[in-house]
Amino acid sequence: MGILEVKDVGKRFGGLQALSDVQLNVAENTCHAIIGPNGAGKSTLLNCLIGKLIPDSGSVMFDGQSVLGRTPFEICQMGISRVFQTPEIFGDLTVLENMMIPIFAKRDGSFEMNGISSVFSQKDVLEDAEKMLEDMNMADKRHMHAASMSRGDKRRLEIGMCLSQNPRLLLLDEPTAGMARADTNNTIDLLKEIKAERDITIAIIEHDMHVVFSLADRITVLAQGTPLVEDSPENIKGHPKVREAYLGESA
Amino acid sequence: MFGLEKKDAKLLLIVAALVFFAPFLLNPFPSDSGMAQFNAGYPDLMQRFVIFGIFAIGFNILFGLTGYLSFGHAAFLGVGSYSAVWMFKLLSMNVVPAIILAVIVSGLFAIVIGYVSLRRSGIYFSILTLAFAQMSFALAYSVLTPITGGETGLQLALNDPRILGAAQTADGNIPVPGIFGLEMRSTAELAVGPWEFVFNVGYYFSGILMLASFYLAIRIFRSPFGMMLRAVKSNQQRMSYTGLNPKPYTLAAFVISGMYAGLAGGLMAAMDPLAGAERMFWTASGEVVLMTILGGVGTLIGPVLGAGAIKYMENIISKINSDILHGWFAFLPDGLEDFVVAIIYPFIGKGWHLTLGIIFMLVVIFLPGGLVEGGQRIAKLFGKKKTNDAKDGAEAKTPAE
Repeated sequence: MGILEVKDVGKRFGGLQALSDVQLNVAENTCHAIIGPNGAGKSTLLNCLIGKLIPDSGSVMFDGQSVLGRTPFEICQMGISRVFQTPEIFGDLTVLENMMIPIFAKRDGSFEMNGISSVFSQKDVLEDAEKMLEDMNMADKRHMHAASMSRGDKRRLEIGMCLSQNPRLLLLDEPTAGMARADTNNTIDLLKEIKAERDITIAIIEHDMHVVFSLADRITVLAQGTPLVEDSPENIKGHPKVREAYLGESA
Repeated sequence: MFGLEKKDAKLLLIVAALVFFAPFLLNPFPSDSGMAQFNAGYPDLMQRFVIFGIFAIGFNILFGLTGYLSFGHAAFLGVGSYSAVWMFKLLSMNVVPAIILAVIVSGLFAIVIGYVSLRRSGIYFSILTLAFAQMSFALAYSVLTPITGGETGLQLALNDPRILGAAQTADGNIPVPGIFGLEMRSTAELAVGPWEFVFNVGYYFSGILMLASFYLAIRIFRSPFGMMLRAVKSNQQRMSYTGLNPKPYTLAAFVISGMYAGLAGGLMAAMDPLAGAERMFWTASGEVVLMTILGGVGTLIGPVLGAGAIKYMENIISKINSDILHGWFAFLPDGLEDFVVAIIYPFIGKGWHLTLGIIFMLVVIFLPGGLVEGGQRIAKLFGKKKTNDAKDGAEAKTPAE
């Protein structure tokens, strides 16, 4: 039994069959990578997992419960956090405020009318946020405008915001896309650290094979909307079907 | 202090001082001098300063925090006024129940309009709110005449029931609004040499409510709820994927700002017990947008400054006429005098909108943060370490200097 089970998922956009018969089983406390060439349906699949899209057929179960038909914020409250391709943070707010918001969401649920007490009187939230910033090595940036940080720092903050909610499943959508080599390596190190220190399942979509092979325990290759193979990284490397999908060779 | 950070408490105290001493601050010129027409310290105008201040503070909770630009907030102002006048007609001339009803009814109204309008964001939200406000205006003006008085507006009459109060006074007049017997219009005058200062019950009543509204707005700005509203403005997508539902947050902000508008509308009726449909017209909705942007969107004190500045111009500049101009420039040779007066004339009297428009454009282009930013720049210029928002308060309210 995996923590995330995707069965027979299909999704069609007009004349394009973006996903068909997708099966995916992510085991608890592993890092599962989904790779595939452009247009393979990776992002569509991810969007089906977090409530942005509703698949035409099939089922998506998280920890024994269906996520289909739920809104993104409900799915997040179930314990799935998502990191976006371009870092999605609250740019107009300070780094510390950015970190407090997910902790408030975790503590108070999806809506809480707490309009009288001061933010800084919520000591428990403040402490957790400060601690998370320490963990992310961002404590010195706490009063910075989030939008004014470098892309690598924004990514770090976004991952920290997701982790502050103690999610059971962390979804990463090309977390190193468009990053400089140094930032990419920092992100890999950070994710390795997270994997080692926390009880967390990670599902990652990535183009960069260096990132995939440094992190993944298990890899699913997606091509033209269908999973080609699912195997361990060692076996995937030399798999003829994978080479074909990626390089266009006829085997 | 008052559960506020030191900086906010200081701002609140400064605003409180300005409100209490406004009759002095706004009447800096001796009443027999030529500058007396720039005095703004008469009850009618002072009441408008604080009432529109409340309106703008509430509008800023929606627009400043969530970024949702409502173009129909005057609808709530109108609803508040009608509710208050009905309370005067049916219950009594006490302003307390009238204002409470005004706030409740406009809040209910805001729930309905907000629920529908907030299904869209950006320009579509603005258009939806504008459409609702214009529908309310049209209904009040024609179809709902039995409730709203139609074209003539809703007025008090001698045969109103007023079940808890007197239908008419001993000498057969319509009673005036008051608070537990103290009439809103009652006024004390103080003459110090050539200066005259006026203290009006209605002004102080509105002023205290304005301070309470301002205090509540500070608490909301600094609360987790306020932080969530800023998160709505910043990134709704991240908010949803953080497990937060942006919809109830925006709706709550919309209803709160609608209730502020209802309070302002109720107070307008309490100062002068009649309500007309033109209070809901789209220009009135536009005016509060101007006030907020002119003062500084998303700042605490900005909307109050903007409201003060616009109401000052509306009431003072519009009173200048060509005779007064000729008086000022009488020292110039005849031909030149006529020329100068002809140049300035379009900007005064009924042309005050032109002046407002130019000032608004200059502020938006050169001071995107509004008058508050202007104040901060001036403070920086003089090398002060801290910016002092409230200093500009005095400047904006008495720009005649």
